[in-house]
Amino acid sequence: MSTTTASSAAGPALPATRAAKAPKPPNPARTRLRRRLAQWGFIAPAVIFMALFFGYPLVRNIVMSFQDYSPSTFFTGRSPFNGTANWSSVFNDELFGKALWHTILFTVGSLIGQFCIGLGLAVFFSRRFPLNGILRSLILLPWLVPMVVSGVVWRRILDQDTGVLNSFLGTIGLGGDTPWLTSTGMALFSVVLVNIWIGIPFNMVILYGGLQEVPKELYEAASLDGASAWRAFRSITLPMLRPVITVVLVLGFMSTVKVLDLILALTDGGPADSTQTLGTLTYQNSFVQLDFGAGAVVGNILILISAVFAVFYLRANRNEGK
Amino acid sequence: MTGMASTVRTPAAPARPTGRPTGRPKRRWGATVFGVVVLCVMLFPLYWMVNTALQPESGLLEVDPFPHSLDLSGFRSAVTDQGRNLLTSLAVALGAVVICLAVSAPAAYGLAQFRLRGTRTIVFGTLITQMVPGIVIANALYSAYVDMGLVNSYAGLMLADASLGIPFAIVLMRSFMVAIPREVIEAAEVDGAGRLRTFVRVVLPMSRNSLITAGLFSFLYAWSDFMFALTLNTTDDVKPITLGIYQYIGAHVGDWGSVMAASVLSAIPAAVLLVLSQKYIAAGITGGSVK
Repeated sequence: MSTTTASSAAGPALPATRAAKAPKPPNPARTRLRRRLAQWGFIAPAVIFMALFFGYPLVRNIVMSFQDYSPSTFFTGRSPFNGTANWSSVFNDELFGKALWHTILFTVGSLIGQFCIGLGLAVFFSRRFPLNGILRSLILLPWLVPMVVSGVVWRRILDQDTGVLNSFLGTIGLGGDTPWLTSTGMALFSVVLVNIWIGIPFNMVILYGGLQEVPKELYEAASLDGASAWRAFRSITLPMLRPVITVVLVLGFMSTVKVLDLILALTDGGPADSTQTLGTLTYQNSFVQLDFGAGAVVGNILILISAVFAVFYLRANRNEGK
Repeated sequence: MTGMASTVRTPAAPARPTGRPTGRPKRRWGATVFGVVVLCVMLFPLYWMVNTALQPESGLLEVDPFPHSLDLSGFRSAVTDQGRNLLTSLAVALGAVVICLAVSAPAAYGLAQFRLRGTRTIVFGTLITQMVPGIVIANALYSAYVDMGLVNSYAGLMLADASLGIPFAIVLMRSFMVAIPREVIEAAEVDGAGRLRTFVRVVLPMSRNSLITAGLFSFLYAWSDFMFALTLNTTDDVKPITLGIYQYIGAHVGDWGSVMAASVLSAIPAAVLLVLSQKYIAAGITGGSVK
């Protein structure tokens, strides 16, 4: 910064007198500008793309939440502003409260399950044993398969009458007649269960990476002091992992709070809206009822919730970087 | 942890394991067995998908634990009904990868190596865009797409799917390109190479691994995309396999064999990529998220 101001201050003053002698003096200010422009040329496409695909939707969504959209809008092209009508109709609909509550249960339940099992597996795979690497990478598969596909497969497994889970439970004498996806009491629980299954690999890989960074000497010192494995885990592993844990939980939160594919494939939000979340409600409002204004309201609330956690994420990231 | 303890206490240990120089192979294989059990539990749903796909039409029956008599009719009808959608997915995903890399590789380089004002803000913005829920984007994008005639078009879906990978690719490749020594780039420029040439001839080859990782992930994101496929298409002109399967369960609940066969086909890219490039995938999951 300081060199820039110094040279630009000196630049025009000095060569002014010599300009006549030198045949073609390179104008430092102009070459610098040209270089700047060339450099920005590398970055500009990405900035434009992100402005169009992230910036524009964010702004547009706020505007839309104050507009009246109806199925006829797409014929007439008219979407008049209607003040806060969308907002009040969404808030007055009891489905919104339900969806919010389901989103909380779904997110918190999924995070706890994914994280605990993921951490357990990460610790387990940190030990050395034959085939460790192969087993560890194969566990990633569920995470790589499209979420809709996972949802469809689990829908078959969880089928009340012909699903393999119930027939297995029946065989070992544990009932076997559970309406996993078809009762209002069980459906959300089942959806959480499936989402935990999907999230385990991601949690495991990141936590495993974090565990590799913990200096081994700490454990050696602890075992010389006679610390138990559990004590070492609590006093060394967890504190050393803290930054990674923050990142895992925040990223897990961001990807869980907006899940749409999985729920649509498993239950379509039903039965009786018992698995409706803010994500599916946004979809329902906009693309099923074609009330984009109401969809935008729910979407904005989803963004607001995500934004709070984005702050956490950026904090964690800054600490990580510096 | 107990393993660690016995290593540390080697002075006292030799009395016990004499004649067994390899140490503790028995306990290690015990861990392997446990690992295999964990893997079986985790992969069971995928096994079940393949198993169901290989059995005769079984909509109202329980599925046998093993496919005794292989029945490929599920696959046959899946290919007939969904073959075109698989190709659509492939085309859209490859297009999205090209767009994603073309936009994000230069940006990653610029953000890593040029000292421009505003770089921090852009990196910051890139991180934030990863947090925006896709359905919110789809919500606003839909009406814009209607205005621009991009609904039901390959280009529209490719662009939307590319947006899934771009922030991730920029963050990942940038963290890699920051490590390229300045001298290497300056040396290339002193030799008379232009900025673009330096980028193509020096920077890109050096960043090969991060390019592969970013490309791999943008492919997987685009291949798995369901939401944009669902919301930005109103006809069957551009129907990726994810959307095809979703509509399949609506229409053919009885015919699970075909549904599962289509699911198997759609999961193959993930399986192939995992086998071919495990190290890039592990690097992508950790690298893209932590840094």
